[in-house]
Amino acid sequence: MKTLILKEIDELVYNSMGIIIFISFFIGGVVSIQTALNITNPLIPRNLIGFATRQSVILEFAPTFTSIIMAGKVGSYITSSIGTMRVTEQIDALEIMGVNSLNYLVFPKIIAMLLYPFVIAIAMYVGIFGGWTAGVFGGFSSSADFVEGLQLDFIPFHVTYSFIKAMVFALIIATIPSFHGYYMKGGALEVGKASTTSFVWTSVVIIIVNYVLTQLLLG
Amino acid sequence: MIEVNDIHKSFGDTHILKGVSTKFEKGKTNLIIGQSGSGKTVFLKCLLGLFSPEQGKIKYDGKDYSKLSASEQRNLRQEMGMVFQGSALFDSMTVEGNVMFPLTMFTKQSKSEMQDRVDFVLKRVNLVDAHHKYPSEISGGMQKRVAIARAIVMKPKYLFCDEPNSGLDPKTAILIDNLIHEITQEYDITTVINTHDMNSVMEIGEKIIFLKNGHKEWEGSNKEIFKTDNEAVTDFVYSSELFKKVRQMYIEERN
Repeated sequence: MKTLILKEIDELVYNSMGIIIFISFFIGGVVSIQTALNITNPLIPRNLIGFATRQSVILEFAPTFTSIIMAGKVGSYITSSIGTMRVTEQIDALEIMGVNSLNYLVFPKIIAMLLYPFVIAIAMYVGIFGGWTAGVFGGFSSSADFVEGLQLDFIPFHVTYSFIKAMVFALIIATIPSFHGYYMKGGALEVGKASTTSFVWTSVVIIIVNYVLTQLLLG
Repeated sequence: MIEVNDIHKSFGDTHILKGVSTKFEKGKTNLIIGQSGSGKTVFLKCLLGLFSPEQGKIKYDGKDYSKLSASEQRNLRQEMGMVFQGSALFDSMTVEGNVMFPLTMFTKQSKSEMQDRVDFVLKRVNLVDAHHKYPSEISGGMQKRVAIARAIVMKPKYLFCDEPNSGLDPKTAILIDNLIHEITQEYDITTVINTHDMNSVMEIGEKIIFLKNGHKEWEGSNKEIFKTDNEAVTDFVYSSELFKKVRQMYIEERN
């Protein structure tokens, strides 16, 4: 089981770092530029760029936007890999050997996804760094103004709120695609359909749960 | 020995198995034959415990499967080996990993003991140079041999095969048939094979069960199947021109 969990950490978490870092950097950059371009009133301080980037990235872009991307990348991988095992009778083979196939296939994925908040922490850091890079090197803000904005009215609970969301989204990303893969019927075409369906449902559930958690924790 | 007593299985309104009873003896190669849709696969899945019959009993050496607890059923399944039609090898594991998998899951053997056992069974199925290859890198015949090796690595009491030589050339199909037959006798196990292949019937069918529309229409040996007057069996067995000619020659020789 230890080997399986490490394999899933490698597949689901470590192998997703590239795309998450790439997306987070540019999303942070775009938030920074958009905020700067919308400050037309000279009375509004330039440190708002850093402030807006921090709030947007920590509260929504890092946990929610990244999770939607992960629902596509990791979710479709989980559905198609388990679905292919179903179609090619590999799950039946496990059952006949006396292996609890649901436990064997899904449990390591859930444990591996417990590391997801660390991924979100990296996404937050890279997103804010992307915002700083775009703001400073794009000529929209000075580094001092941006950093001042980052530190302005900082509420530590917002980070906790983000990590709570990340943990719940991790469970959603591990379980909904597993369900769609494990209980699918048919052949290769149905594996593709199951992957699409699982992505749609995972995204829908993430969006709804995001709303509910925001209302409960910040409302 | 496996005793099957009056099993019935339905899916919705479709009644697939309509009271099948038979016995599969130890050390013998038992074949289930019949047309597509006759209930062979459902029957085999009932024997494997993947489907629960609504009525009837299946006893493995006197143990009624339906009366066993979930953990006892799991333990019994560890005494079963299965060769699937498509081999069902784990894509992410090498040949060696596939064969070693049941040992790592259910035994406390040391790495070297497991390695010795894997080497032994792979040699037994005539696969010596494929340990580190993945299933996608080997031929269909080799995949079947890996599936047989994986099925026998735990020294099972019962071996089930679903169309073990489908998709193979006639020469490889005969090799696979003979390998299963030899292993059955060598390890004294109860082997049940679901097949369409008439060559398998003639070569290794020590006991043959013919299913038709969910009923057991006929049972006997490969020697008896030549002599039977059962119209459904002769229609099925002698559907090919080659076998019609063989039968004609047999009748002429007898007269």
